[in-house]
Amino acid sequence: MTRAPHTAPDPHPAAGPHRIAVLGAGVMGVGITALALGHGVPVLLVDLDEERLDRARDDIDRELRMAQLMGRLPAAADTRALHLATTTDGVGDATAVVEAITEIAELKAKALADISARVRPGTPLISNTSSIPIDELAGHAERPEDVAGTHFMNPPYLIPTVEVIRGARTGESTMAAVGALLDVLGRNQVVVRDAPGFVTSRVLHPMINDAARVVQEGTATAEAVDALMEGCLGHPTGPLRTADLIGIDNLVDSLRVLHQHTGDEGSRPCELLLDKVRQGQLGRKTGRGFYAYQEENR
Amino acid sequence: MSSFDTGATGTTEANEATEKEILRFLEARTKRPWKTDTDLFASGGLSSLFAMELVVHLEKTFGISIRGADLRLDNFRTVTSMTALVERLRTAAAGGTADA
Ligand SMILES: NC(=O)c1ccc[n+]([C@@H]2O[C@H](COP(=O)([O-])OP(=O)(O)OC[C@H]3O[C@@H](n4cnc5c(N)ncnc54)[C@H](O)[C@@H]3O)[C@@H](O)[C@H]2O)c1
Repeated sequence: MTRAPHTAPDPHPAAGPHRIAVLGAGVMGVGITALALGHGVPVLLVDLDEERLDRARDDIDRELRMAQLMGRLPAAADTRALHLATTTDGVGDATAVVEAITEIAELKAKALADISARVRPGTPLISNTSSIPIDELAGHAERPEDVAGTHFMNPPYLIPTVEVIRGARTGESTMAAVGALLDVLGRNQVVVRDAPGFVTSRVLHPMINDAARVVQEGTATAEAVDALMEGCLGHPTGPLRTADLIGIDNLVDSLRVLHQHTGDEGSRPCELLLDKVRQGQLGRKTGRGFYAYQEENR
Repeated sequence: MSSFDTGATGTTEANEATEKEILRFLEARTKRPWKTDTDLFASGGLSSLFAMELVVHLEKTFGISIRGADLRLDNFRTVTSMTALVERLRTAAAGGTADA
């Protein structure tokens, strides 16, 4: 396990404290924003989808309160230091940018090209991609050395460890700046090399795919699969409840990336997952996936 | 907006109505009976995710807002502790000794 030294040189010594921009106000953008606000870091949250942005403040407020309820964030945390925007015009003075948009390589490539032209050189551009190799994304930024990967998981305030991915071209100062930011956010980091799916998605996503396949084949219900994985194997929530938490659309996108990059047939998204996406049963975020969720329970 | 307007009724009656409503919700959502002093989150009990559901439900039903230091799991551990929280916040909202 590697931890960045606390004495890491600040790439913007004159810029003062952290001020981040987050791209994408989906499941992860909301969660990462709540984590940052909860640690006193102001956030500019950008999403192209105005409707999504309209809901973001409430979603973030709710996540902050959940974190407080569970004693994971200080009681004083609120959404006052949150700014919302539908364009990236304001990212210029961010001390770091976290990209958490849809898991589609072309979209991410465009977004990284755009933000790297807007920020000061040396500002870390951090992708929260589940599976796309960081170096592939870095190639679209003006300065590939500024690009690194962090794999926050849902919900970020609850999960203490973040997988950090160092791409082939990621610079030393970028790694140090990412480490410093994660320290401020109270997360532990484990640094790994670049590869499709890195460690966690590479291991977890095909496993969830298999769990869904077991249900598809009629061997067991989703409840039974989760009960066995929890009760016998110590999985904290069960793989299919995890699929609902991730968002089945995102899971399918990530599996596709894995399948394309590795050729592993186990990563080809199974029919049941594809069906659920077609039916809009995306998990907690739509109220139904493998399980049904009350509005209050999402 | 509150569907449990206690108005001039005494505190005890208000408490009872609140308690009854919380028990009703708990039993409807968990499909098992609860006592007012049972620790809902003790082992074998409910998940802490459910606590957030309780927060949202109490806010909606009793027209209160639960924030800051009141967002502690201990306030939601038993029906009794939730009733006390609701009554305190309703008094505060009604212009009583506001400390929230
Ligand atoms: N969901 C998880 O549990 C999880 C965990 C780890 C990593 N990830 C990764 O995090 C990223 C985000 O996932 P998510 O689950 O939050 O997705 P999501 O579908 O919930 O949200 C994605 C958001 O990005 C927005 N968006 C798309 N293009 C944009 C652009 N160019 N600029 C600004 N916003 C844009 C969309 O409108 C949408 O609101 C993905 O790369 C995903 O693989 C997800």
